[in-house]
Amino acid sequence: MTTIFGYPLIVILSQLMLGLVNGSFYAMLSLGVAVIFGLMGVVNFAHGAFYMLGAFGALLGLQWFGIGYWPSLILSPLIVGTIGIVLERLLLRHLYKLDPLYGLLVTFGLALVAEGSLQNYFGSSGQSYPVPSILTGTWNLGFMILPIYRAWVILASVVVSFTTWYVIERTRLGATLRAATQNAPLLQAFGINVPRMVVLTFGGGVALAALAGVLAAPVIQVSPLMGQSLVIVVFAVVVIGGMGSILGSVLGGLGLGVIEGFTKVLYPEASNIVVFVIMAIVLVVRPAGLFGKE
Amino acid sequence: MKFGKMTLTAAIALTAVMAASQAMADDVIIGDIDDLSGPYADVIGKGGIEAINMAIADFGGSVLGKKISVMTTDHQNKPDIGASKFAEWADQNHVNMILGGSNTGVSIAMSKKALEKKVPFIAIGAAGASLTNQDCNAYTIHYAYDTTSLANGTATAMVKGGAKTWFYLTADYAFGTQLQEAASKVVEANGGKNVGSVRAPLGTSDFSSFLVQAQGSGAQVLGLANAGADTQNSIKAANEFGIGKTMKVVALLGFISDVNALGLKTAQGLTLTTSWYWDANDETRKFSKRFADKVGHPPGENQTAYYSATLAYLNAVKAAGTTDSDKVMAELHKEKINDVYAKGGYIRADGVMIHDMYVVQVKTPAESKAPWDYYKVISTMKGEEAFGPVTGLCKLAPKS
Repeated sequence: MTTIFGYPLIVILSQLMLGLVNGSFYAMLSLGVAVIFGLMGVVNFAHGAFYMLGAFGALLGLQWFGIGYWPSLILSPLIVGTIGIVLERLLLRHLYKLDPLYGLLVTFGLALVAEGSLQNYFGSSGQSYPVPSILTGTWNLGFMILPIYRAWVILASVVVSFTTWYVIERTRLGATLRAATQNAPLLQAFGINVPRMVVLTFGGGVALAALAGVLAAPVIQVSPLMGQSLVIVVFAVVVIGGMGSILGSVLGGLGLGVIEGFTKVLYPEASNIVVFVIMAIVLVVRPAGLFGKE
Repeated sequence: MKFGKMTLTAAIALTAVMAASQAMADDVIIGDIDDLSGPYADVIGKGGIEAINMAIADFGGSVLGKKISVMTTDHQNKPDIGASKFAEWADQNHVNMILGGSNTGVSIAMSKKALEKKVPFIAIGAAGASLTNQDCNAYTIHYAYDTTSLANGTATAMVKGGAKTWFYLTADYAFGTQLQEAASKVVEANGGKNVGSVRAPLGTSDFSSFLVQAQGSGAQVLGLANAGADTQNSIKAANEFGIGKTMKVVALLGFISDVNALGLKTAQGLTLTTSWYWDANDETRKFSKRFADKVGHPPGENQTAYYSATLAYLNAVKAAGTTDSDKVMAELHKEKINDVYAKGGYIRADGVMIHDMYVVQVKTPAESKAPWDYYKVISTMKGEEAFGPVTGLCKLAPKS
């Protein structure tokens, strides 16, 4: 059997695959955080809660109204994105002129409120969301058994990440958005409604989190606390990728997912801290992150 | 460095402690320090507080002419919070007994405070058997179950059923390692073999990497030495990756709340050990109905243990005629515990509450006739058999 560093090739390949699945979630979540920070300067600590709300949207849609997985993939992000827009109008917009710390505290508080309220109602155990019937089953890849649903997660994440990157970096809308962050008064002088762009950006970022939540629902237990531990990792990914860098968050997410996957084999006890160790090293060597601009 | 400052602020906000409810100083005060908001909040949590209140109501609301009141707080699974709350309540609120829930690490820290402050402490839901072995003391009682009895139940049943080779997926803290160790001993003693293990950090959300490693081990059994959300997510992923086709998945500590959360379709066939089941007989069903009317679902084993421990303590206070900790502890060690939770239960010199345990299997969706109709009892273990002989590691109980 072929081995690399004493580990059989099939072990390496299967962990690479699983790392990519987790990395896909990191990438999609970091993407939202990066878009919101890059374009609005808001450190959105409620991102994990929006991810959780996305999953709950799918779960409750199914339980209460019989809405299946595929409609939920659109509906849940729309609903949660709208909640995001309302919150931006009510709370966040008053804070743009202040230190980013205020935005962080408001979003952190919102996350605690959302998680606490849902926990009060649904308990902490969480509930199961079924895998959609067309994606059940497994593929035998030769080196591992891959559940079809996990392959779909990777595909969906790549499509979503590429689309977001394309919209922001390559379209006129994206150019306007970026211009708004550079010089809002000038852009307004050209007759563009900057506050509306900002609110749509926030809604879009939040919807991305909710989409990741719907994608995660069949994989892990849908519980009010599901976003809590993830949000910290996601912030580490964003810091490593470079705050606000879209490419950085996508590549950072996938890369860290893979590194974390390998850690689970080489030294499992460290698998929940390896991301932070890398973050510390990156901050020392490149304080702006791997893809960030000084 | 802005980010560092922000992270620090967030961390400080996270550790904010919930205010405790106030109780009068001349009452007999029962404290409850449990996970009320984290991953184990459904194991005891709010239902546990309700169970204490039910026990107080059933006892008559007062003892030795004093009103009985309850104080509760959330230890957030942090040993330092549990220990400091314990000390604060002992010093400032003159609390008479503390029930502590669900986390072995926190319970060990609180049991050290129990000795220091001479306040009786009843650990429920924490599984680590060290509480009555190397970490034992004269003021700590371990109710419900421990890693020894869980391993004796599930591992013995499985190995005798022909599942000889074991691989463990273990929660990487005191509880997980103690549970794995206990199960490994039982497996070997019954002629089985332990082929390996992997330690996953508490609160891992994706267990697939660990499961693929387990699958590669070629063992017949995957022993899950974890609890709560970790157990649920491992079983869920095991299902997804088809682990069940080549290995038997065993939850060494599984709760009825886990089964309910996973649903029978995923959890069916799972073997586990429990100290109590709501649908065992008329008495348990009647109690469960009362509990469900208040909480919305039947009680879990630990919630009923909360009820039983509260009653046992109050009975001891009544018999001793005082709330003096040493006299009450002596009385507790003499008492026979006969209630809805246990029949003929007693507290051994090392602090273990000895009572029968049940090995159960989770029903299939077709077998389940009603909501929460989840278990079929495979075997009943006598208390002495389940909790094993005195080990001698606890100085209070020399090996006989």
